[in-house]
Amino acid sequence: MRFLAAPWLGAIFLFAVFPATAQTRAPDAVPAFKTLDSVEARVQGCVTCHGQQGQGTANGYFPRIAGKPAGYLYNQLIAFRNGTRHYPPMNYLVAYLPDPYLKEMAEHFAAQKPAYSVQERPALSAAVVARGQMLVTAGDPKKGLPACIACHSANLMGTEPGIPGLAGLRPAYVVGQLTRWKVGERRAAEPDCMKRIANRLTDEDITAVAGYLALQTPATNASPEPSNLVRMPFACGSQR
Amino acid sequence: MRKSALIALTAGTLAVAAAGVYYFLRPGMLPQNNATPQLSASTQLINKGEYLARVGDCIACHTQPNGVPFAGGRAMVTPFGALYVPNITPDDETGMGLWTSDEFYRTMHSGISRKGELLYPAMPYPQYTQVTREDSDAIYAYLMSIPPVKQKNREHELGFPYNKRDILVGWRTLYFKEGEFKPDPKQSMEWNRGAYLVKGLGHCAMCHTAVNALGGSSEAKAFEGGMIPNQNWYAPSLTSNREAGLGNWTIREITDLLQSGVSHRGTVYGPMAEVVFNSLQYMTDEDAKAMAVYLKALPQKDNSPPPTSKARLISPETMELGRKVYVAQCAMCHSEDGRGQPPAYPPLAGNQSITMETPVNSIRMVLNGGYPPGTKKNPRPHGMPPFSHILNDEEVAAVTTYIRVAWGNTGTPVNAKQVNDLRTLLPE
Repeated sequence: MRFLAAPWLGAIFLFAVFPATAQTRAPDAVPAFKTLDSVEARVQGCVTCHGQQGQGTANGYFPRIAGKPAGYLYNQLIAFRNGTRHYPPMNYLVAYLPDPYLKEMAEHFAAQKPAYSVQERPALSAAVVARGQMLVTAGDPKKGLPACIACHSANLMGTEPGIPGLAGLRPAYVVGQLTRWKVGERRAAEPDCMKRIANRLTDEDITAVAGYLALQTPATNASPEPSNLVRMPFACGSQR
Repeated sequence: MRKSALIALTAGTLAVAAAGVYYFLRPGMLPQNNATPQLSASTQLINKGEYLARVGDCIACHTQPNGVPFAGGRAMVTPFGALYVPNITPDDETGMGLWTSDEFYRTMHSGISRKGELLYPAMPYPQYTQVTREDSDAIYAYLMSIPPVKQKNREHELGFPYNKRDILVGWRTLYFKEGEFKPDPKQSMEWNRGAYLVKGLGHCAMCHTAVNALGGSSEAKAFEGGMIPNQNWYAPSLTSNREAGLGNWTIREITDLLQSGVSHRGTVYGPMAEVVFNSLQYMTDEDAKAMAVYLKALPQKDNSPPPTSKARLISPETMELGRKVYVAQCAMCHSEDGRGQPPAYPPLAGNQSITMETPVNSIRMVLNGGYPPGTKKNPRPHGMPPFSHILNDEEVAAVTTYIRVAWGNTGTPVNAKQVNDLRTLLPE
């Protein structure tokens, strides 16, 4: 940005802007950047929902995208653009953006490691927590359900290149996605491993998984698991 | 001794001679041919047709979202029901494989299908009729050259009486004037080329001229702007300096907007972003300039008087709320004085698309944000985030009002009801 060429000028400007907003809105979800010709400035279209560094915002339905594998984020951006993943606000925003640019955006947010925002901890019965913990850490062999961590990694940071981290995702989002998978509204590349899993989950299972995930304290500064260490229990199209 | 010396001398001479011969006759690199390879006539024709098909933006309607290009199937939702756009790949059974160039020209020029049916004017034949036979043949050659796709056309779903194509006879009498483009000898070659592209293949009038309840538009109102049916975006007037009239834009600003999607005066979003993405970014610099010359020269006529000061009356509280929201959310990119940081972030001060009579586009931008298209000349556009989840109806109305009247802008205030009506629509 030309008239903010000197960083100290920018600082004064930001200082002038933030006091007006700080009372009501988290400043990390307000447009702000240092250099006009930067990726940071170019992704300002994302920040009111996903936060300046992709950490997520107060609205529970907007997921944290920071630190998720770049391949996963790229696949989602392509799917939103092509309409194979359906969410009108996102479909509209990325409708006319070319592949290399979406890749750049994905890599930008994959490289971010902002602190996790304080989670509202859902009040759950001990039985629900136990069921959630079982599904996340051990799965349910009787239903042919592998553990979440078998693919999403033990620290819940996901696996390169295409398996997203679950750390820091809030129940509204997790329940929404698993339910959409179950009813066939969300799909991944074939073979769609998540579809097989969602088909085996009851609504109660979904609530338990989402609730248990929200109770976890995410590992700080952790990265997704490299793909060569993980053998998937179900074949996943996004891991080829 | 002497004999062996002679032999040595001869051998030496021969060796030197051989080396000389080799030096002068060595193969070396093949001489470079810097002339551009001459393309065959049919290749040139197909290349030209591909270019013209892009100018005509055939792909936008004749391709289903995420579908095979030109294989059709896309639903065109109209106030009269849904039309399903046909397959124009050269498949013999389901596409245009058996069409002749005469039949193709009749469709483009007269809006009559191969079987002799009258076409619904969702196909822009009222504009394509201006296309020359030569250009129509080039597009035909290109379409015959693309891979055939077997995909059956879907029947239209129109309510009575619109499902009767006979009613189109009446519609055509009222709104269809057949005829190729006739150059105006009083104007420059460049102006004429621009007029041909804007009025013909570009089919700009399809959105930028108001459409009446019968889905018709009158020539007297050409380029005066209109709501795009079923999309709820307003296509601004190209003839009014109070809207998107380009009279006081430079040629460079117009070509930038058309080719790259951004300019120092404004940026394209929504349906126009799609047009730039699929079509205009591929225009040659010469054609873009010709279009700009024609658009800039369109006669400017303001049909409505500027708003009265009473219509522009705003309560101080609204203005203050709008200013607060602006400073907190918008000023970072558009700057406190509304000058923006063009072309990355468009100016709001003096921006006609913000002050024009209908605030629909501005409200939609505040609610849903938007990215301009990624184009050859601007592959990594800056974008605007949505604010629908952050600002309530009063705040959106106040900030939209603020940008419509601040910095000497001449717009009118917006109320919360107008915002709420648009909030319920899905972004597209």
